[in-house]
Amino acid sequence: MDALSLARWQFGITTVYHFFFVPLTLGLVWAVAIFNTLWVTTGREVYRRLTKFWGKLFLINFAMGVVTGIVQEFQFGMNWAEYSRFVGDIFGAPLAIEALLAFFLESTFLGIWVFGWDVLPKKAHLAAIWLVAVGSNLSALWILIANSFMQHPVGYVLRGGRAEMNDFWALVANGHVWVQFPHVIAGAMATAGFFMLGISAWHLLRARDAGARDAFGRSFRFAAVYALVASLAVIVVGHGQAQYMVREQPMKMAAAEALWRTENPAGMSLFTWGDEEHKRDVFAVRVPGLLSFLAHNRFTGEVQGIRDLQAEYEQRYGPGDYAPPVMWTYWTFRVMVGAGALMLLLAGWASFAVWRDRVDASRRLLAWLVPAIALPYAANTAGWLFTEIGRQPWIVFGLQRTADGVSRAVTGAELLVSLVGFTLLYGALMAADLYLLDKYGKAGLPAEAEGLSADAARA
Amino acid sequence: MPIDLNTLWFILIAVLFVGFFVLEGFDFGVGILLPFLAHDDTERRRVIATIGPVWDGNEVWVLTAGGAIFAAFPDWYATLFSGFYLALFLMVVAMILRGIAFEFRSKDSHPAWRATWDWMIFVGSLVPALLWGVAFGNLLKGVPIDASKTYVGGFFTLLGPYPLVAGLASLSAFTTHGAIFLELKSEDPIRARAMQAVKRVGPVATVLVALFVVATYLWTDSFSRLGDNPGLIPIAAVGVMLAAGLLVARRAMGWAFVMTSLAIAFTTITIFMSLYPRVMVSSLDPAWSLTIYNASSSPYTLTVMSVVALLFVPVVLAYQAWTYWVFRKRIGGGTRLEY
Ligand code: HDD
Ligand code: HEM
Ligand code: HEM
Repeated sequence: MDALSLARWQFGITTVYHFFFVPLTLGLVWAVAIFNTLWVTTGREVYRRLTKFWGKLFLINFAMGVVTGIVQEFQFGMNWAEYSRFVGDIFGAPLAIEALLAFFLESTFLGIWVFGWDVLPKKAHLAAIWLVAVGSNLSALWILIANSFMQHPVGYVLRGGRAEMNDFWALVANGHVWVQFPHVIAGAMATAGFFMLGISAWHLLRARDAGARDAFGRSFRFAAVYALVASLAVIVVGHGQAQYMVREQPMKMAAAEALWRTENPAGMSLFTWGDEEHKRDVFAVRVPGLLSFLAHNRFTGEVQGIRDLQAEYEQRYGPGDYAPPVMWTYWTFRVMVGAGALMLLLAGWASFAVWRDRVDASRRLLAWLVPAIALPYAANTAGWLFTEIGRQPWIVFGLQRTADGVSRAVTGAELLVSLVGFTLLYGALMAADLYLLDKYGKAGLPAEAEGLSADAARA
Repeated sequence: MPIDLNTLWFILIAVLFVGFFVLEGFDFGVGILLPFLAHDDTERRRVIATIGPVWDGNEVWVLTAGGAIFAAFPDWYATLFSGFYLALFLMVVAMILRGIAFEFRSKDSHPAWRATWDWMIFVGSLVPALLWGVAFGNLLKGVPIDASKTYVGGFFTLLGPYPLVAGLASLSAFTTHGAIFLELKSEDPIRARAMQAVKRVGPVATVLVALFVVATYLWTDSFSRLGDNPGLIPIAAVGVMLAAGLLVARRAMGWAFVMTSLAIAFTTITIFMSLYPRVMVSSLDPAWSLTIYNASSSPYTLTVMSVVALLFVPVVLAYQAWTYWVFRKRIGGGTRLEY
């Protein structure tokens, strides 16, 4: 493999890995904060135990998010030095703001929350977890402002061979941010909803103890509604995002649908076996008009195809291949949307069971919700792969190609070391993380009245 | 020093590194001392508990420094991190292992599980404590950078004698700093052992910091070049190390901690002042060095970022200081152990 491919694999693996943990953090923190608030306001023991139970899982996940994030902060410079030179004037700013506004907030107050149980007054302690929630969601906002610039560059001028910022507000007000951020946040909340549903269901299927049934019943009811609202939101916003994409990155939409030629009305593909080299279908089933609807909210309307866009881009940017790998974009888009549809169904069913007060009796539902934890993870990963791969060959859409962004100073051998090194390390950490999540997820609630830690008492 | 925006950002980044080294410095030290000062599991948990609530917040100083370098001096960010690629890879791996070890070690009681993570804490603290010194040694000494701002050396180019002296100085200084911190935050018997450690490592650190200052004088152009002369600051760095020794002898550990903090701060300031206005020195041709002007962002970006920094840095400082106030108690038998 050449240096460019190695750099892409290494960046892709580490970033996707980082995002395995991010959504759960972003979504679960609100649940922990809410249970903690219920404990402080009602004083009922069950809420303290729920706060501790979900808080423990949150912390295990958070730690993974933090340490994998360290790599992210430096690797634009490591792997993509030429890219960093080209956009640093714009891209560095949100990253620095993220660290200053968000990382300090979340890490400092998380320390306070974890260690402050007996040290701080209850209300001050509660404020800490809310600040963690605000901090981590702020972090998502700023990093997505950075990412949105790569998808849809705004607020810049080209000067001296690089992109320079000339309008900070344009960067923040970028329309792409305001579809991407809600989509990611809703996806994160859905992730936490399904995570909680799955674990609560597991306990409801097994627990005999009335206290545990009560507590996990409460978690289940909360999570069912949370997952339903979030799944609905992620789909509605996703629709808006698709429309934005049709306007700003039509090639990505064409690739998502394996739409080789411009069509009006355009059909949405259910299954396509395509021939990428010659840019044509081998076999395809399409629902007529549905793609036009996704793009324009009506069943007619033009959606541009890959061949026509290719011709247009050749005129604008010179010779080259402007189509992303269609196999990837097509299937990742389907995994995301398919998972989203299933999630809506399951969350709807779970909420219906809650409404009818039939959760305990619906053993099939409970059994399905356990493996369903995987659905939002699949959707999140597929979503990012789609967004990022669909932007290719550009690293900054229309301004810089990925091949021109790679570091010159880094050799293939060095990249290989880091690729193999990170992959092995991350594999081992994943094993430890899953072991702990499994252990504490199944471990039931923490003890009723827990004074000083058992270990301290024994010492 | 003329204060323009570029200089302001250079100073701000120096401040972020001072904050990082002073704060994370003792975290590293505590991690390095863990296998030596704690003899059983409860003791190890107590040692870790001294930095439990703060290590992550301390680490964010370097993440912010990284972000600030990217925002204010993109070419510095690009050249430094692509150039020092493998060294940075090692550093990041160490930081990953250390961070995850804090969180995971006490979540299972199997002795092998805990022993493994405790080793990670040790190695994960030792490696960065050494490598940060090496990295800054190289910044100051100069590395092969060509006309296109690209690093053209290899990994072993970075391991010259001067950077190694710098690395040993940072390693020993952080260890001393951590030992004093532990003495302040723990109860006997850990406290007594921490005191012993201070007495053993402290003199070594003093010698190494002094050696670093002398080596800087002999092997770099910092004092001969017409740049910004750090003046008495490097001498002061050695001076406060000596003062720390005297204070330790009188058991005035709080003040000794202030002195090691100052020593770390002065050394960092010396490095930055000697660099100024350069950020990376080219050993091939002085004209190819990266400076705060040829590596910087546009004035517009620097202005925006200055406003953000002036608004939020004080807020961050305030709540971080408050954390230290909240957790000011010593860690002992009465403390609930989270990690
Ligand atoms: C702030 C910027 C930013 C953000 C938030 C993300 N990415 Fe990205 N991504 C990049 C900036 C970037 C990049 C530096 O620009 C890359 C490197 C090569 C490229 O084309 O874009 C990239 C490439 C890239 C690739 C390789 C694509 C290819 O080379 O074909 C993958 C798989 C991802 N990203 C995945 C992700 C995931 C899972 C993210 C969620 C955390 C993510 N990206 C967030
Ligand atoms: C590719 C660009 C990214 C970079 C450079 C980056 C950087 C970082 C860093 C340095 C941390 C550790 C902070 C600490 O120590 O507290 C972190 C954690 C975090 N990041 Fe990222 N990140 C990236 C992508 C994302 C995205 C796309 C999101 C969300 C949409 C995100 C959300 C978070 C959150 C919530 C955390 C908190 C820790 C956790 O996940 O459990 N990051 N990130
Ligand atoms: C079912 C309907 C859905 C639709 C129509 C939809 C639509 C989209 C579109 C168009 C994009 C690409 C935006 C761009 O590149 O500019 C995207 C990205 C993404 N999607 Fe979805 N999505 C859906 C469901 C989901 C679900 C259920 C999740 C996760 C739980 C999810 C997570 C993501 C993520 C993480 C990204 C990448 C970040 C971003 O660009 O926003 N999506 N989605």
